[in-house]
Amino acid sequence: MVAADLLVAQNIGFGVIALLMIVGALRVVTVKNVVHAALWLVIVLSGAAAQYLLLSAEFVAVTQVLVYVGAVMVLFLFGTMLTRAKIGAEADLDNKNWGIAVPVSLVLLGVTSWVLIDGFGDERLPAPDEAAPVPVQVLSDDIFGPYLVPFWAISFVLLVAIIGAIVLARKD
Amino acid sequence: MLTVQFLLLSAILFAIGVYGVLARKNAVMVLMSIELILNAVNLNLIAFAYRLQSIDGNTFALYVIAIAAAEVGVGLAMVLLIFRNRRSIALDELSEMKG
Repeated sequence: MVAADLLVAQNIGFGVIALLMIVGALRVVTVKNVVHAALWLVIVLSGAAAQYLLLSAEFVAVTQVLVYVGAVMVLFLFGTMLTRAKIGAEADLDNKNWGIAVPVSLVLLGVTSWVLIDGFGDERLPAPDEAAPVPVQVLSDDIFGPYLVPFWAISFVLLVAIIGAIVLARKD
Repeated sequence: MLTVQFLLLSAILFAIGVYGVLARKNAVMVLMSIELILNAVNLNLIAFAYRLQSIDGNTFALYVIAIAAAEVGVGLAMVLLIFRNRRSIALDELSEMKG
């Protein structure tokens, strides 16, 4: 990597956002308070939206903010509220054998990052000014063209999920 | 920007999510960790869409977001049902089907 590359604004933005996301993700899996974990998850999800903007995927970034930060987070907070007797720190949020999870995830991280560094090395992404922008029209042509059948399947899955959630959560 | 920096960030988020799924006892926390994993996958898809200058990765990411929303909805309904029946959502107490 050439040192001048580090000064590119996109790289600085990436570094700051990536650091925020990693710290947020670590807090999500270690914090003792379920509500705080949900709020740290907001940081990770917003950071992901910012990374999508860096990768010129504007529509996906907006959808990420709408669906994840808006809807899914409200669902999580409702789920926390409805399933917990007390608000505040809880001592026993971790499994008895959480110690096994540390080496498992570390080995997973080590192997994947070794393969990624070995495979991609210092290959560059196209520069933002030479990369073609992603107009929403092209995206919708893609969704409603070659990927129309998966779109129908998604609609059906969402319908089933709505009906299933109502049936499961209904008091009768 | 390098390709590998986005992929490494995605791998780190994925590993943290796997740790959360394995280590957490509260079912809502496990669902949050699953969201971390799905976001890592989405980041990969968008990074490769940008690298290959192809639109398909964006489409796949949108589909993954839709599936994740459905999964959280049904998952939280199931957690609510378990809580209503047992007054607890600790996953290690759900051992009736253990062989």
